[in-house]
Amino acid sequence: MWDYSETVKEHFFNPRNARVMEEPDAIGDVGSIQCGDALRLTLKVDADTEVIQDAAFQTFGCGSAIASSSVLTEIIKGKTLDEALLVTNQDIANQLDGLPPEKMHCSVMGREALQAAVANYRGEVWRDDHEEGALICKCFAVDAVMIEDTIRANSLRTVEDVTNYTKAGGGCSACHEGIEEILTRVLAETGEAFNARASRQKLHAEKEKPKMPGKGLSNIERIKRIELVIEAVRPQLQRDRGDVTLVDVDGDTVFVNLVGACSGCQMASLTVSGIQQQMMEALGEFIRVVPVPAGKAASATVSLEVPA
Amino acid sequence: MTPPTMNTSGLNDVYLDNNATTMVDPAVVEEMLPFFTVQFGNPSSIHSFGNTVGRSLKKARQQVQALLGAEHDSEIVFTACGTEADSTAILSALKAQPERKEIITTVVEHPAVLSLCEYLEKDGYTVHWLKVDDKGRLDMDVYADLLEERGEHIAIVSVMWANNETGTIFPVEQMATMAAEADVMFHTDAVQAVGKVPMMLADSDIDMLSLSGHKLHAPKGVGVLYLRRGTRFRPLLRGGHQERGRRAGTENVASIVGLGRACELAMEKMEYENTVVKAMRDKLQEGILSAVPYCFPTGDVENRLPNTCNIAFEYIEGEAILMLLNKVGIAASSGSACTSGSLEPSHVMMAMGIPYTAAHGTIRFSLSCYNSMDEIERVIEAVPPIVAKLRKLSPYWSEDGPIEDPEKLFAPTYA
Repeated sequence: MWDYSETVKEHFFNPRNARVMEEPDAIGDVGSIQCGDALRLTLKVDADTEVIQDAAFQTFGCGSAIASSSVLTEIIKGKTLDEALLVTNQDIANQLDGLPPEKMHCSVMGREALQAAVANYRGEVWRDDHEEGALICKCFAVDAVMIEDTIRANSLRTVEDVTNYTKAGGGCSACHEGIEEILTRVLAETGEAFNARASRQKLHAEKEKPKMPGKGLSNIERIKRIELVIEAVRPQLQRDRGDVTLVDVDGDTVFVNLVGACSGCQMASLTVSGIQQQMMEALGEFIRVVPVPAGKAASATVSLEVPA
Repeated sequence: MTPPTMNTSGLNDVYLDNNATTMVDPAVVEEMLPFFTVQFGNPSSIHSFGNTVGRSLKKARQQVQALLGAEHDSEIVFTACGTEADSTAILSALKAQPERKEIITTVVEHPAVLSLCEYLEKDGYTVHWLKVDDKGRLDMDVYADLLEERGEHIAIVSVMWANNETGTIFPVEQMATMAAEADVMFHTDAVQAVGKVPMMLADSDIDMLSLSGHKLHAPKGVGVLYLRRGTRFRPLLRGGHQERGRRAGTENVASIVGLGRACELAMEKMEYENTVVKAMRDKLQEGILSAVPYCFPTGDVENRLPNTCNIAFEYIEGEAILMLLNKVGIAASSGSACTSGSLEPSHVMMAMGIPYTAAHGTIRFSLSCYNSMDEIERVIEAVPPIVAKLRKLSPYWSEDGPIEDPEKLFAPTYA
């Protein structure tokens, strides 16, 4: 049995506002019987003030789904629709004194039902942007779809990358096998092979860090040095009808755009690791070089204008 | 025999989750205790401390042999659990016959076999998955064709004797004979069947069989691989010469002695299990089905373990049912997605084509000889209001029945 808090149990055994509402002003339906949980949230809304005067629910689902629905109706009563929209799934979970990671989706469903109900009241179409996959990391409740999307969006290559970007695998590490399988599958889409040793190589590089000179550089100095390295390798790449440009810098990650003959070719990873090595030497710190398609970096990080 | 009358937990709770695990029989505990203190010797030792322990192991081996109807006591290999026995059997067959790279198994196996086979698929082996019909039954013609077509490539057939979720019994003896005729090794995961179904392995063509102690009132952490004499074998654990070199590692003596005693008791209780326990199970099912609308038993009810019944309650979710049952002191289990933390309901329910409207609400009641008719009456009384309470909460349920067209009345704005 799950380790539910006393509050979860209390709301499950004595759900508040569990009933069919007569002539509701707003209805929010989310979930489906296939998924094993479904929630209908109904609201009475004051037409002038948009204050939620009454909230009721019907839920098909497990203990935490019912408890999440129950607590949600309590949270939003008396709030205006705009105030209610600020309620996050974390608020719902907190109000229940926490939920097990596998059950966090129950609180997400509550928030979604609320958004759907508000959209329904305002005559808007609410779209669900939350696709759920099989739960991979149980410590931080990260599912497969989330990991896949993050790998694609950020060109991740190692389990360590995935942990840094999504937290998945950062706890007990039992899911590392699963993350490696996802990496293998996603990287294969672009014809790349997953290199399980990349993390170790990176760790090794990291260990040498203290020996390197020039720690504590200013951001401007760092970017200048990064640019110098890029400029230094460009002639060599251009000879092979390729090129590399700096796209962005985010902490220890340098995003570059490989073009021409070197992009997509098998030497690309060699090129990238070569550039990475030179940058680490020039900056005296661990640097991760990540190749991204042109224009893709904006979505990954906030772009940093590089002085010419 | 005298029917045991003791309450499961000593408390006022009703324990109907015996397919998950069972209480260790007090007679078993008594038998085990000296092996923690007085008889602590290592059975491999020459001195008298070890010697007497070695004799106790031999006795336990014979007790297991008797329950299984095995020809020789040396065919009994003690392991740490049923899962280890399953893994040992399947991996041994692959190691011993490297030229054979295919496996036949079913889609409703316990994860101990299912996950291993899925892993082997990733490793390059071909797994032929036998499907089941809506009652959880196998198609013997499909199996026969498969043996005929692929027989020489099949390293092993692994089919469970009885399903842990529904209790449905597979015709493993017949299937073993068919495999033998095709010159293919046969293994059965009999973890749920041992002690409930009479067995005479000596007269069968079963080459390997797995059992687990804690399913038959022995402690957790001990299992058995039955290995028919003459079956080609490669150990999973190598090291010392324990179990004739077939399973290295110092024996879990106390638990093995306990398992031996539990097998002896299971033998004595076999008839009780198949008469009295069965009658209680039937009463439970009948009582629930007649009091609760929109529910049905899953699996092959004509052909199942005497202690198990699995009922699907439509339009409600299993974990919620279990929590409410637990509150009134009744322990059972569910095949809903939420109880396992996965997104899909039980693979067994999905394989039988149980609709989602019911699969999430399946509850397994599994009895033992320690249950009483009074307890069963209590459960029959407790279930209907729980189901009614949850249906009242469900958006798929209106006043006294499911809503007409769930697709239409409950319509999320996205698909």
